[in-house]
Order: sequence, then C-alpha cells, then structure tokens
Amino acid sequence: MIEWSAIWLTLQLAGVTTCILLFLGTALAWWLANHDGPLHSLIAALTAMPLVLPPTVLGFYLLLLFSPNAPLGQTWLALTGDTLTFSFSGLVFASCVYSLPFMVQPLQGAFEVLGRAPLEAAASLGAGPIDRFFNVVLPLSKRGFLTAIVLTFAHTIGEFGVVLMVGGNIPEQTRVISIAIYENVETLNYAQAHTLAALLMTFSLVVLLVVYAGNKRPPLRIG
Amino acid sequence: MQATNDPRCASGNMLTLKLQAHVEDFDLSISEQLPGPGICGLFGRSGSGKSTLLRCIAGFQACRGQVILDDQIWLDSARGINLPAYQRPVGFVFQDARLFPHLSVHGNLAFSLRRAPRPASITFDEVIDTLAISGLLERSVVNLSGGERQRVALGRTLLSQPSLLLLDEPLSALDTQSKAELLPFIQRICDAFKIPALFVSHAIEEVAQLADHTVLLEQGRIQAAGATTEVLESPQLTDLTGRTDSGALLTGRVVGYDSTYQLAMLDCAGQSLAVPTMTPVTIAQTLKLFIRSKDVSVATTEPQPSSIRNVLVGTLTAIGTTDESPFAELSIDIGGQYLSARVTRAAVADLDLHTQDRIYALVKTVSFDHGVNP
Repeated sequence: MIEWSAIWLTLQLAGVTTCILLFLGTALAWWLANHDGPLHSLIAALTAMPLVLPPTVLGFYLLLLFSPNAPLGQTWLALTGDTLTFSFSGLVFASCVYSLPFMVQPLQGAFEVLGRAPLEAAASLGAGPIDRFFNVVLPLSKRGFLTAIVLTFAHTIGEFGVVLMVGGNIPEQTRVISIAIYENVETLNYAQAHTLAALLMTFSLVVLLVVYAGNKRPPLRIG
Repeated sequence: MQATNDPRCASGNMLTLKLQAHVEDFDLSISEQLPGPGICGLFGRSGSGKSTLLRCIAGFQACRGQVILDDQIWLDSARGINLPAYQRPVGFVFQDARLFPHLSVHGNLAFSLRRAPRPASITFDEVIDTLAISGLLERSVVNLSGGERQRVALGRTLLSQPSLLLLDEPLSALDTQSKAELLPFIQRICDAFKIPALFVSHAIEEVAQLADHTVLLEQGRIQAAGATTEVLESPQLTDLTGRTDSGALLTGRVVGYDSTYQLAMLDCAGQSLAVPTMTPVTIAQTLKLFIRSKDVSVATTEPQPSSIRNVLVGTLTAIGTTDESPFAELSIDIGGQYLSARVTRAAVADLDLHTQDRIYALVKTVSFDHGVNP
C-alpha cells in the first residue's frame, strides 16, 4: 500500500519551498551577481553553508531558533497561534534555509554569464529596470531558472536530517517520504520502504535527466 | 571651440559636456560644447577615454558634471539631476552589436519600437528600407554576419527615436569589406534622419570620412577640437598618430567612372583625380579622400608620365621642419583645399623650395574604399 499522505505532504513542502525560494533566491542571486566587496563574500559564504553543514547541525540550530522561548519562535507563535517546531510551517522555514544554495547558485551563475551588456542595450532602448528583468534577464536566463527550480524542488523532496530535527514524525504534518522510509526500515517494514524508496529513485533520475538534457546545448552567445 | 563652416551646424542640437569620471586608475575630465547636427568624430588611441566618455553621456558610467543636449538636462550634479540611462533619449550602437539573442531580427526591432516615444517620427518601413534589412527580418540574430548585425543594431537604435546617436567603434569588429559596406549606411542614416551623432573610432580614416567635426582625446583630456579638416591638419593629431599617419582631407566631386579599370574620376578644385574604388559611385556625389602625407611627393616641374597617375598643381604655403627630424611637412594649397606632403629636409634644400612656389604634388595612393556623402 502506498502511503499517499506522505507523498502529498512531501510534494506540498517542496512546492511551497520552491515558490518562496524563487522570489528570495532570485533577489539574492541578483545581488550576489552584481555586487562585490567584503559583504558580498560573507553573504555568499552564508548562502553556501547548507551545502557543507551536516543537516543535523542545521536542524539543531533551527530547532533552537524555532523554540517558543526564542525570539523567532515566540514572534511566530504570537502571530499565527502555532509553533514553528513540529509543524508544517516550521518545515517550510527549515527547507527554505536548507535548499537556498540550490536556488541561488544556478541563478547567480546565469546572471553572471548574462553580464551587463544586454541590460545596457535594453536601457539604451528605453527599457526600465522591471521591463529589463522580465523581457531581457528572464528569457536569457531561462535555463538557469529551470535548473534552479528543478534542483530546489528535488532537493527539498529528498530532505531528511533537518526534517527529523525540527519536524519529527507527525502524519499529515511533518511525516514526509524520507521520514516514512526511515520509520518503515526501523520497523522492518521493508516492502513499504521499497515502494517509497523506488519512487524517490525514479523521481531523482528523471529530474537529473531533465536538467542535464536541458543544459547540454552550448550557452547562447550574446551580441 | 572653433566655428565650423558646415551650414548644418548652424542650427540646434548643441551638446554641452562638463564631465569628471574616475574608472579604476583612469581619469576623464572633459569640458566641451559640441555643435550639431551632423557627425562628430571622437578620435584617440585605445585607452584614451573615448568609450568612457560615451558611456558617461549614455548614463552607463557614473560621473559628475553636466550633460545637456540643447535644453534637455540629463546630468547636472550641482542640481542633483542624473537621469538613468533608460530615460535619456540616446541611441547607443555598441562595438559588438548586442542584439538580443532570444529575439529574431524583427523581434529586436520591435523591442525598440514598442518602448519608443509616440508618435514615432522614424518609422519601421523607413528604417528597414534605409538599412536594407527587409530580407533579414525573420532571421535569428545568431546567424547574421558581422555587417548584418551592425545594420540591425543601427536600425534597432534608430527606432528608439533617439535625439543623439552614440556610435562606439561600430566598425572595429568588422572585416575590411564589411566596414566599407557599413560606413555609407552610417553616413546615410545621420543625413536622412537628421540625428546628431558622436562617432568613436581609433581609425583616423573613418573619422575623416564621416565626421564634420572632430575631437581628439588623449589620456582622458581633449587635445584638439574643431572642423574635421582643421583637426586633421593639426599638430596634435600628428602627436597622437605619429608622423606616418598624418595627412589631409580632400573633397572631390565624381565626374565619371571607368568600369574597365575601376577608377572613379573626381573633380577636385578644377583638377582631376583618378581614384581606384571597389564600391560603385554615382556621378555628382561628393567624396572625401584622406591622403596621408607620406603618400605625397613633390616636384617643381611637371613630372614625366609614370605609374603615379595623380598629379595636382598647387602653391606651397608652409614648410614645417624641426632639427630633430630628417623630414619636412609641406602644406600645399590646391585651389582652396590643402594637401600635406612629407619629404626629407634634404629634398627641400635640393629642390630649393620656398613658400609661394608653384609645385606639383604626386599622390601615390589615395586611400579610398568607402565614404559616400550623397
């Protein structure tokens, strides 16, 4: 029997996280691609932290931050009446931190390759900043966006350590696929674990195929 | 600023520039008024600040001072005015064209037209007609040749209805043949659409062909400015280009074309010149010829027939010599136009040359492969 609630929850989490990061990540990547200096290095390093930190470390600190006694957890509780620990909103929050580099880095790369040249050309033709973003940057960075969205979504789906630390294992709240697999294995329910594990394997392969096939063509020349 | 003789310069389009910019180790400091309409050439070596100046005018480069076209203030630091690039009615043509690769040729032109102020006085049909790009409209910009790219870029810029054209070495990325093809187009659009233009180049021939007015730039400072004919004969240009590149500009009217030998027959102050040309010319059009001093030798008597076909009679008006150089620069009046010749000081002594002498100027090569001025 397939555990649909875990799959649905996982897709929801990945979907919401990707949407939020699409906005935050684009802004951050744009800033990183167009600024330099000491602050730039610090922000770039902080953005890349989730890549190198064990998810348990990240989860541990997030758990402390989310605690109703900490300022962040307290504010959230006051605003929504819900805690950030062991809740879906807490998972979204944690996933955004955890998957941030997967959104920012491909976008930053795309923006850097794009450079100032097409933007100056557009500005000289009377296109303002927002116009330039939607009609020049966006179409010329579509591969970067595709890569960033797919990687962020897929990476959030495969999240385990952080979820376990801040979310626990509450059905329809925080019990995502990776947690369900873990519990199935722990309780020697291998058949159930197999179904979900195979599903994730297939999904990951398809996603990576899409990304690599999409990036195979040489980048477009500008000018 | 010297007044120019060009009648078109009498009307408006005065560009006032007072600029200070610092880019890394480089300092740009300009204070100049450029008359318009017509084409103003901006000549200088690589790194002299030509492109930086253009980028300051366009608003791409942060700088302090004033940029004012007639009564439109684009930058006035003292009054806190600094229009962003997209609000300045400038058309910028880049060395590398910078067409949008995600759009077709038509898409690139439409991008510009959609954002242009209405009503558009420069129409789509007019532009594709003038630049001969109607056959390219459905093509992808990625597959265009260098010359085609620049024509499309010029068209795209024109459709934004600019009040000032900034041409940043639009020819330098092209091969000789494409250059020769594009140059007349630049001349044609500036004439046809009456847009003042600043044309940046490090090739003096291009400036000589196109510009009514020329500014010499060196290390971020203006060395000389004035009518092109005057600037081309100025000592500052010689300092900039070295002696081998100095020369003078002659203007002639086409009176015939010899298709067998591919020679354009020119009338130049009542004397005739035969100029080899690859590009077709039309009768009665005016051609500008940049003739380098080193390509002109002189004789005191009418020379015997030789391989040098072009001999002009004139009056020697000046002999420039210095003790440091074995050469002398001669200035020769050819019916009101000036030609300059570079000969050895020894030759001046042997021929016993003096000012006001009647002299024959032998023009070895006339570097003409473009420059149509209808």
